[in-house]
Amino acid sequence: MKTLLILGAGTAGTMLANKITRKLDSRVWKVILVDKDETHYYQPGFLFVPFGMNKPQEIIRPKRKYVPAGVEFVLSDVERIDPGANQVILTKENRVIHYDYLVIASGTEIRPDQVEGMLDGGWQQNIFDFYTFEGTNKLANFLKTWQGGRLVVNVAEMPIKCPVAPLEFVFLADWYFTRRGIRNKVDIIYSTPLPGAFTKPIAAAHLGDMLEKRGIHVESEFNIGEVDSTKNVIRSWDDREIPYDLLVATPTNMGAEFIERSGMGDELNFVPTNKHTLQSEQWENIWVLGDAANLPTSKAGAVVHYQMEAAIENLLAHMQGRELKGHFDGHANCFVESGFNKGLLIDFNYDVEPLPGAFPMPIVGPFKLLGESVFNHWGKLAFGWMYWNLMLKGIDIPLPNEFSMLGKVIPESFDAKQTLKLQRGDSHV
Amino acid sequence: MSDILATVKFDSEGFMVDPNAWTPEIGKAIAAREGLELTDRHWVVINYARSEFKAKGQSPTLRAITKNTDVNTKEIYALFPGGPAKMAAKIAGLGKPTGCI
Repeated sequence: MKTLLILGAGTAGTMLANKITRKLDSRVWKVILVDKDETHYYQPGFLFVPFGMNKPQEIIRPKRKYVPAGVEFVLSDVERIDPGANQVILTKENRVIHYDYLVIASGTEIRPDQVEGMLDGGWQQNIFDFYTFEGTNKLANFLKTWQGGRLVVNVAEMPIKCPVAPLEFVFLADWYFTRRGIRNKVDIIYSTPLPGAFTKPIAAAHLGDMLEKRGIHVESEFNIGEVDSTKNVIRSWDDREIPYDLLVATPTNMGAEFIERSGMGDELNFVPTNKHTLQSEQWENIWVLGDAANLPTSKAGAVVHYQMEAAIENLLAHMQGRELKGHFDGHANCFVESGFNKGLLIDFNYDVEPLPGAFPMPIVGPFKLLGESVFNHWGKLAFGWMYWNLMLKGIDIPLPNEFSMLGKVIPESFDAKQTLKLQRGDSHV
Repeated sequence: MSDILATVKFDSEGFMVDPNAWTPEIGKAIAAREGLELTDRHWVVINYARSEFKAKGQSPTLRAITKNTDVNTKEIYALFPGGPAKMAAKIAGLGKPTGCI
């Protein structure tokens, strides 16, 4: 028997287990799935909990329910990977699992300990995250009785999971406080290490005024150096200060600590990965999926969906000694909540930035790209059902895998090099 | 000094359009235009940023620079007023950092 070992039963690991077991001969291959947590979280729901749009119990399910028959599920953290010996040592009973192929899908986690002072005093008193189940529920409780003041939404450093989520948070906060009748008592400040809320030229041109219109103040190029919870201010490395009454933090994101213990990660514990084949840069029998990889695309579930076909094709090809033909193009898309029951949809890949136009969708019809619509908001809500019932179970959802220019409008300002890339990218759709 | 920059293409914010056209001399000239005289410590950051860009096709983050060189964050801000993302990237001929949207 040969072993395919998958580390992480989140979106990527669960989807892969479901899809690949249908392709592997169970007389030859044993598939083992390891995760330290029993519970699967529908992470897009974390954004909605503070505003009462999702109840906590709606966004959790037992992980085992999504483990396909014949796959061994092991509840344990990983001590370390020993890639030279093709084995993984688990923390539970120091079990050693020998593998023929390894898939690392251990995701990313927030690390408030990486920001000086963030865990001192104010943490979960008036400093909250919305990237964990615990954090978002505590924030929801806090908001219920908050009577207003300065709300600062901070992004510590890039990359972060779901890079538009903090922006969605400020849009939803604007709507939430308006609905509660206290918007005039709340100052909303969005602070980002990037040069602005929108940094891609075409998105900036289309959406640049969204924050100003809503009375949301942007502090750009703010690299947080410390949180001073005695004075309730955050301070940047160049000594700018932003006072807060409520700090909604997006701390540093890092890959799993066992990646660091195994000496396999970059400075943020993300694993160097070939951006097209999804194979580890260093080990030929290791694949890296989802947030755990160091790819220059967004860390998000939609990206995992778009990676899956290339990853499975390449894993099977490698097992059979064939050439790796699966090609991931960096495709990502996401619904962006903009408040007041509206949303935006953005669609992009390694080479093409978000463009305006329409995103074709079978049955339900086109979604508007890079502009607000009620339909996009409902699209985001409907996605929860698709996630649990189709995507995680490895059933194909009606979204084309490869990035396509169909429906997109190329603004005149788009330069010639980009257009060439577009034509190349489009030719194989 | 100005001669060497005359043939280099910049975007509206002064970042080089083509990072591959960069040379150390161009770096020195950009720094001078920004009012900075480059020391060995500046070059530790610039050389690291260039090698990262060559290897990965993107400029390194602040964390990558501080973890992989002996320059700490406070020193980077002292060396490059405005920070590594803006000033160091500009002098190293690299683009400014962007998000997904």
